[in-house]
Amino acid sequence: MHKLRLNLLHLYMGLFLVYMIAPLVVMSGAAFNDNKLPSIVPWKGWTGKWFSEMIADERMMLAFVNTLWVAVAVALIAILIGTAAAILINSVSGKLRTALYGMMISTILIPGVVIGISTMILWTKMGNAIGTEFFLFNPGLHLSVLGQVSYIAAMVMLLVLARLQSFDVGLEEAALDLGASHGQVMRRILLPHLYPAIGAGAAVAFFQSIENFNVTQFTRGGADTLTVYVFSKVRSGITPTINALAFLLILVTLVLAIFYELNRRRLARIEAAREAEARRAEALEEAI
Amino acid sequence: MQDLLRRYGPGLTGLICLLVAFWLVMLVILPNITLFEQSFRPYLPVVDVGGPRDTYSFNNYLKVLDGSTETSLFGVAFTIPVHVKTFFQTIWYSMVVTIICFALAYPLAYYMAKVVAPKTVPTLLLLLFVPLWVSEVLRAFAWWIILAFKGPLNALLQGVGLIEDPIRWTNMGYTGVMVGLVYTYVLFMLFPIYNAVSSLDTNQIEAADDLGASWWRIHWRIVLPHAKPGIASGSVMVFMLSAGSLLVPSILGSTTSQWFTQTIDQWFKDALDWNTASAYAFLLLILCTVFVSVAMKLFKVKLSDIAK
Repeated sequence: MHKLRLNLLHLYMGLFLVYMIAPLVVMSGAAFNDNKLPSIVPWKGWTGKWFSEMIADERMMLAFVNTLWVAVAVALIAILIGTAAAILINSVSGKLRTALYGMMISTILIPGVVIGISTMILWTKMGNAIGTEFFLFNPGLHLSVLGQVSYIAAMVMLLVLARLQSFDVGLEEAALDLGASHGQVMRRILLPHLYPAIGAGAAVAFFQSIENFNVTQFTRGGADTLTVYVFSKVRSGITPTINALAFLLILVTLVLAIFYELNRRRLARIEAAREAEARRAEALEEAI
Repeated sequence: MQDLLRRYGPGLTGLICLLVAFWLVMLVILPNITLFEQSFRPYLPVVDVGGPRDTYSFNNYLKVLDGSTETSLFGVAFTIPVHVKTFFQTIWYSMVVTIICFALAYPLAYYMAKVVAPKTVPTLLLLLFVPLWVSEVLRAFAWWIILAFKGPLNALLQGVGLIEDPIRWTNMGYTGVMVGLVYTYVLFMLFPIYNAVSSLDTNQIEAADDLGASWWRIHWRIVLPHAKPGIASGSVMVFMLSAGSLLVPSILGSTTSQWFTQTIDQWFKDALDWNTASAYAFLLLILCTVFVSVAMKLFKVKLSDIAK
């Protein structure tokens, strides 16, 4: 490739990384600025007070706890439904498969606003129709969970379905022939094969749920999640406590990312060492 | 189905079907049917619901036509209902965002798939994933800080000497919204295109190069056609996310920018008129369905290629 064009591409990649990272740096930096408005200019000196104010902000702490509960609930329900859906899709064929599959993945493309409003209306109307005050039918975070599951389950389904492609059905046949019960086939043979995908699905579901705003905004009733709380703060005049929170969240993300990267490099090194050894052994064999 | 029964028995099969049925019926089909049904009902006090005044009509949809505003397009002035204008502006600016994202992401996807040493790609991907993991509301907030009147961007530009006086970025129509949407969703364009270009055989590019094709010709005739499914997938994702975004327009919007989701939100939260909100939400759903169908026809891809 042409030298100039190559250098331009390198430069572009660098600039793009700066573009992606710089806003996060600015946001984190403002967490340490002793200024009532969240900004890095003008710089009025270092302070840690926004962090202590953040801890003292009870509404934020409650929102944080709510977010975790919702995310855990969404992850649990979504992996149950997603795994079941993947198994079902994998064992039907023809028009039924196309219809089911199409309906499942179209949920990913429905706007969150629509999911939020429709979930809210269905459950509250159902409550009115039955004439019950039972909590399930009132607005609240449980409705947020249901709304979020409706599309996050499809993501889990796609992950598990991909993993199912490499599953050898013969293993199940063998187990059945040897007298295993249906439960044992599921528990000892199919599920262990799917665990990596289910784990990945749980992680995706968890983070998607934390991210979610649209569905939660319309279904939450009076309760807060972190995203909704930050949003209301940004709209109604803020102090840099949000920046302190953002800094901590970015820090956690970075630590996780570095941990993941180091682990990946270690595995790559082990893999390379193994390959080198295999080559040596081969060469040795040939020499003999 | 028979297969499932044989392998997992009636109990487990029943459970699997029940879970899937709960998902599709209770969480997808029924809510959308209810939304559709409610959108034709009037907004009434609780005592009147189910009474003689509770009849079906198109009134909620016709509210789109209420209230006119002066607009000009290509120098031609005309009046247009406010919400219709918002609707088309949302479509238009979402399309602009999609195109900007494509222009930003395509060279990068090519670079990562074909130029850079394969060993560094995982590290690059990880670096790009970090902003993606930070939640959307915080990314919009970061730009809210940057674009502030007394914020870092104005300070930087003034420092360099590019501008004399600070600029009100968040009071320039849709500028703030566009900046925020591009930043938030550009990665949803990058990853699908990167995946698509990765699967292209590098020999094809080299062969074309050896045979004397110019660089833009190589891209036009070889790389772009190969990346088509990725481009379709990325475009649909970015357009849908942009058009459906409520966070970014609310945080970075100016007094003159209105997003269709904001209108829905106002009907729902401020006017407490869920029925009209349903009608508007249904319009948004139709828009998205039409857009996806057109994209699928245009790029000749299947729904399953897009959802990846």
